[in-house]
Amino acid sequence: MKSEFTPPIGKISNMNGQCISLIGNDIDTDRIIPARFLKCVNFDSLGKSVFEDDRTTLKGKHPFDLEENKNASILVVNSNFGCGSSREHAPQALIRWGIKAIIGESFADIFYSNCIAIGIPCFTLPKKSIEEIQNYCDNQFLFLEIDLKNSLAKSKDLNFNLEIKESSRKMFLSGEWDATSTLLDNKNLIENKFNQLPYIKFNTNFL
Amino acid sequence: MSQDTLFDKVWDLHKVSSLPGGSDQIFIGLHLIHEVTSPQAFGALKDKKLKVKFPDRTVATVDHIVPTDNQSRPFKDNLAEQMIETLEKNCLEHKIRFFNIGSGNQGIVHVVAPELGLTQPGMTIACGDSHTSTHGAFGSIAFGIGTSQVRDVLATQTLAMNKLKVRQIWCDNKLSKGVYAKDLILHIINKLGVKAGVGFAYEFAGPAIHELSMEERMTICNMSIEGGARCGYINPDEKTFSYIKNKLCAPNNDYWDKALRWWKSLKSDENSIYDDVIKLDASKVEPTVTWGITPGQSISINQQIPLLDDLSSNDKLVAKEAYEYMSFKPGQLIKDTPVDVCFIGSCTNGRISDLRVAAKVLKGKKVSKNVKAFAVPGSEKVATEAKQEGIDQIFKDSGFQWREPGCSMCLAMNSDKLIGNQVSASSSNRNFKGRQGSPSGRTLLMSPAMVAAAAINGKVSDVREFIN
Repeated sequence: MKSEFTPPIGKISNMNGQCISLIGNDIDTDRIIPARFLKCVNFDSLGKSVFEDDRTTLKGKHPFDLEENKNASILVVNSNFGCGSSREHAPQALIRWGIKAIIGESFADIFYSNCIAIGIPCFTLPKKSIEEIQNYCDNQFLFLEIDLKNSLAKSKDLNFNLEIKESSRKMFLSGEWDATSTLLDNKNLIENKFNQLPYIKFNTNFL
Repeated sequence: MSQDTLFDKVWDLHKVSSLPGGSDQIFIGLHLIHEVTSPQAFGALKDKKLKVKFPDRTVATVDHIVPTDNQSRPFKDNLAEQMIETLEKNCLEHKIRFFNIGSGNQGIVHVVAPELGLTQPGMTIACGDSHTSTHGAFGSIAFGIGTSQVRDVLATQTLAMNKLKVRQIWCDNKLSKGVYAKDLILHIINKLGVKAGVGFAYEFAGPAIHELSMEERMTICNMSIEGGARCGYINPDEKTFSYIKNKLCAPNNDYWDKALRWWKSLKSDENSIYDDVIKLDASKVEPTVTWGITPGQSISINQQIPLLDDLSSNDKLVAKEAYEYMSFKPGQLIKDTPVDVCFIGSCTNGRISDLRVAAKVLKGKKVSKNVKAFAVPGSEKVATEAKQEGIDQIFKDSGFQWREPGCSMCLAMNSDKLIGNQVSASSSNRNFKGRQGSPSGRTLLMSPAMVAAAAINGKVSDVREFIN
């Protein structure tokens, strides 16, 4: 885990980093951060507990414990990564450990939204390419340069055309991925919508 | 792209704007919060010097961390006490209605909102909890969100989201005796897989769904997320309306007729277009039990745990992991697997009808001496109703512990946890590694009736042998 955590802000367009490969399908958010660590009123101390139970089970052999991965920042995963619980604590733990981007075969919906909301771009690649990266990582370091504008990942030996949702790509490039202010820009439209909704009128017992 | 489905109609109704990136800004009609995923959202509001935009549209309760043995304050667990205090403070400061312990209306957020009549057809509903899909049982569009999105809803009452595709899951015929909504949804997730729903809303339809009670429909929609679908829903009908009528927060007097008129207009058109349609025969579903580490790894009670060769190449990786973690051999029968703990409760199956059906199995019987069994009502209201009907006594007489309402051992954030590699028969929704509080604990998901049967026999059993 890196010592200092500064949350990303503003435009995100290029990322360079060493890959860390984590093999397995359907890795759920309970595994990324077990529920007992959710007893907190801020996210500050989550980084050290990422994958806590899996790491304990593997006694130092988990990718997040290997010495050679300690400076890695691009996580490479398989399919349906982050399924299960909506806990944002999962990507918050990953980003605090040092993960800046994730490349995978596929992501669970809520996990994906949570990553985007806190500034972790999630890219997809076909199974074959992911396996190629994971095999490569088995034997040597893989440093990737990610160019978000052109959705490219480059390295000495391997190059990939990354996929990312167009809305996410645009948000990162424009720096508007922190949605609150964008949403607030439409203050009047929000008021109008509130006044138009049929059920607002007949919910007098609501409060 | 889907057209004229209930999902399309509710989405379009709530669309505030198209955002520059291509996603939509969606108004959230009802926002539910609890103690685990909200504190950081309130913290972020404070940092950004923002207020809660429509405090009337957010309702709070406390569920995840509450102890179920002794709920007197302060809680023995300091961190849990700190979390409930933070929620109390935030609700007070922002004038948010809070159903606290002892209010008579506290409980698991997805049990409480429907029983208060807060959950209504045609609404958009969001909550920092993945099982928010539960509320889709009423014909609302409901989905789980993360803490940053909780912040956005508090600050703006809207969310930035990409519209989902819609898959209709048509269930023909009806469930047979001893087979419940839980079995049906486990069956569906097994057939479609745990990631098939990514990017989709699931519309559950057909005679078998129509036949279900509102509480059974909630069980179905609740587990949409276990199939990867962030949102699951059922078109509202007379059962929906009569469930809501006279509830505390339901429309009353003149407003009831107006509401009813609007609700009746809310359903997928006969000729609506879906992105995908799946059909299955509900009469073929049998009591279903999970054997692995995802909710998709399930089999019928009389089936064998699948052999590696029987599985698709995509499923093999997780299957291997599951055999090892669960200490099961491929080809082994699930029936007669000894269990250590039996848990009845959760937002999936902690409602009064779930307790009734389990009580029917337990009546006059004793829990096996090798089993620790406990029942956790989904809410204070459910607990009160159970007491009035004498259900709590049936549970206690059988040897079950009768607890106070909360999420409890579904995710084990309180002191209700598995120990070591105990095997639990559980009416909850997730059998993930470590989910029930022990890093090596093993969970078998099943219906509440099946949990009751397992408690009596001390091993996985076919509940149909108890009810005939």
